[in-house]
Amino acid sequence: MKRLPKFLLSAAMVAAMATSFSAVQAATPPDTLVQAWQSDDIISLDPAEVFEFSSSEIIGNTYERLIAYDIKDVSKIYGQVAESWTISPDGKTFTFKIKPNRKFASGNPITAEDVVYSLQRAVALDKSPAFILGQFGLTKDDMKDKIKQTGPLEMTFEVDKPYAPTLVLYCLGNSVASIVDKKLLTQNEKDGDWGYNWLKTKYAGSGPYIMRDWKANEVLVLERNPNYEQKTPLARVIFRHIKETASQRLLLEKGDVDVARNLNPEEIAAVAKNPDIQIQSGPKGTVYYLGLNQKNPNLAKPEVRQALKWLVDYQAIADTIMKSKGDVHQNFLPKGFLGAETNNPYKLDVAKAKELLAKAGLKDGFTVTMDTRSTADITGIAQAMQATFAQAGIKLEILPMDSKQALTKYRARQHDIYIGNWGSDYQDPNSNADTFASNEDNSDNAKAKPLAWRNAWDPGPLTAKTRAAVMERDAEKRAQMYKELQKAVLDDGPFVIFLQQTEVAAVRKNVQNFILGPSFSDNDVSQTKKN
Amino acid sequence: MSRGGGHVGALRSFLKKVAQFVIVLATTLLGLVAVTFFIGRVVPIDPVIAIVGDRAPAHVYERVRQELGLDRPLIEQFVIYVKKAATGDFGNSVLTTNPVMTDIINVFPATLELATLGTIIGVIVGIPLGVLAAVKRGSLLDQFVRVLGLVGYSVPIFWLGLMGLLLFYAKLGWVAGPGRIDVTYSYLYTPVTGIVLLDTAMQGQWDAFWDAVSHVLLPACLLGYFSLAYISRMTRSFMLNELAQEYVIAARVKGLSELRVIWRHALRNAAVPLITVIALSYANLLEGSVLTETVFAWPGLGQYITNSLQNADMNAVLGGTLVIGTVFVLLNLVSDLLYRLLDPRTR
Repeated sequence: MKRLPKFLLSAAMVAAMATSFSAVQAATPPDTLVQAWQSDDIISLDPAEVFEFSSSEIIGNTYERLIAYDIKDVSKIYGQVAESWTISPDGKTFTFKIKPNRKFASGNPITAEDVVYSLQRAVALDKSPAFILGQFGLTKDDMKDKIKQTGPLEMTFEVDKPYAPTLVLYCLGNSVASIVDKKLLTQNEKDGDWGYNWLKTKYAGSGPYIMRDWKANEVLVLERNPNYEQKTPLARVIFRHIKETASQRLLLEKGDVDVARNLNPEEIAAVAKNPDIQIQSGPKGTVYYLGLNQKNPNLAKPEVRQALKWLVDYQAIADTIMKSKGDVHQNFLPKGFLGAETNNPYKLDVAKAKELLAKAGLKDGFTVTMDTRSTADITGIAQAMQATFAQAGIKLEILPMDSKQALTKYRARQHDIYIGNWGSDYQDPNSNADTFASNEDNSDNAKAKPLAWRNAWDPGPLTAKTRAAVMERDAEKRAQMYKELQKAVLDDGPFVIFLQQTEVAAVRKNVQNFILGPSFSDNDVSQTKKN
Repeated sequence: MSRGGGHVGALRSFLKKVAQFVIVLATTLLGLVAVTFFIGRVVPIDPVIAIVGDRAPAHVYERVRQELGLDRPLIEQFVIYVKKAATGDFGNSVLTTNPVMTDIINVFPATLELATLGTIIGVIVGIPLGVLAAVKRGSLLDQFVRVLGLVGYSVPIFWLGLMGLLLFYAKLGWVAGPGRIDVTYSYLYTPVTGIVLLDTAMQGQWDAFWDAVSHVLLPACLLGYFSLAYISRMTRSFMLNELAQEYVIAARVKGLSELRVIWRHALRNAAVPLITVIALSYANLLEGSVLTETVFAWPGLGQYITNSLQNADMNAVLGGTLVIGTVFVLLNLVSDLLYRLLDPRTR
């Protein structure tokens, strides 16, 4: 009798502790969206430097650009900071009128001066994405003559050749061309660094959200920008870096996060059954492909390149390995791009492949290696290909390695087959044509290293055609040129393109208007709300 | 006079000890740096790509390569690094662009918090279990401790971590999920020490403190279990050794109670080698348990070094290695000092 109360007491204590712990972890606050994502790729938050998936998404939600495009139909271009624009008859000078009475988050007004400063700054800093503007013949030395303020709310942007206008506009809509707050950055400038060392971890924009706080590999916080016209329904968006996908799933199902961004196909299938969770997806401008090194004498044979294209079980890879995360796609332009070809002529046909191999004098097949990044999906795809290649006598050795290691080898042209993916830098078809269908110099010490170069492939007349397509100002004719380029690469190129990526996020049911756009900077939470 | 001479002698021997320690530390660290440096440079990963990305034009790539000094001969790079490190400049991480030591000061407290709690759990539970297993050798309890230890050794930690989360977080809701603190609380306190439990308690943010406790509980128990597995096995074998000694028999013959014989006499002697075991197991946890940190989204040293290594961010890897090396040497020193306290023969 004496011991009973003590036992009861301790039992009550345990129960109280247990309930207090669970009471502590309530659902996420109603005015806050919490996302679990893998963000260890972020190295900077300066728009002039950002070129990684995660950071482009942050720039997309926190900065504005001169122009933007409709994410449902990327061919519809509209002014964001720009009210209107005109193009000179020679096609080389773009004049932009800036919307009046608009402010940065700091309260400073947005003027033509800021726009000129932003574009010049990106060119002068010359970080990785600077070529997106630099390709129009802009350099640090002549940018002052080419990017000019012509009025308080008017500026001009001059390019060196009469490019297709949409190419120039898409590039001005890229995150590298984001408009930054000149006054704020000048205050934080040190030794003529354009405020770069400050902005790497800070914020100077005018977008729907303010970037409030970033702790690398831990958390990134966006907060509503009170100076933005169309106020965001949410007060803040929190991105928590959760590397492990199984942990992301647990947090989502428990309600401690509202969105899980990196679940693998199995986990997506599992959470889809949860009535509190919806699956959102958006096709991305990223294609998966095999790169066949033409330095390998077997792979250099046109029949072998063709045979390999008949030895991939495209449908099975899309349906069973990638599930919701990709669709069969065999051309180098992703769906949604100007001139994108959507026919997929190849399928698994072992007999046809054997015939082609016999023609190439490789009746009994051959042995070849494939550099494979050790991620679950890439490894799975590689194994599926190993099985189908074997049916035609080709022995595929998978070399698993870290992604940066594989990339280093690829860029040195030391692979046989590389399995990789390529995401477009901007929404214009030139972004992909330039890498898949052109190669100015196939020598080992070439300056530019497009994918064609990395696979030691000389595309011959296709290079000139790619250059010509950039100058074609008639959109229909231009689209036709890209269709021809795609056909040529599809038939004879050293690329076995097999999939277009779909980005998938698992989102709790009470979240609305969470948008996954065509590029990573288009993943948009500005109109997201919670019920 | 003779007293003064004794002081001088003691001071001299103390200084000698300090000098010895500094030399040991310096040579250990130099060796570590040399090995890590050369391994890092022969790893077939191009660190420039980690910075500029895959798409950068050739001139940007070349400029960054020169900025990193990668165009110079390997030996020259090494000498430059050591010279700078000797003045306290460990370079900047290419990934975070912060000075490496700033980064480590940011991530180390998270690891320290977890490792310390894990070791405390390991000691508090592991030693009594080991002692009981030794005393009741061959009993059911002994078998149980053995199985517990074996499981702790052989089951992959990420699996146990995930299962723990699934059960205690997802199903039962006893503890909080991955992360160090709930987002609701994360801005209620200002980080001072970087150890969330300390910071929240010092600033009187008790709700935040309890939330942090519920976050740290599971990963700390997990690490505690692993150090317990090791500590209990070692305690058992040290105790068996002591219990067979003659002084134990003598103590029993003297009529001392069994409790006193075991916990006072035998354990006290077993504690001497045990100190080293505990110090080593603590040092291992301080390296940062990559898998635990990954599963529990714990931004600690393990994740930092692994991520840096995968991106060939050599300054960060070297800095991290140096910190771990220092920790090992320091813990060795501490266990040496404790030895002296516990074992009169070494005085």
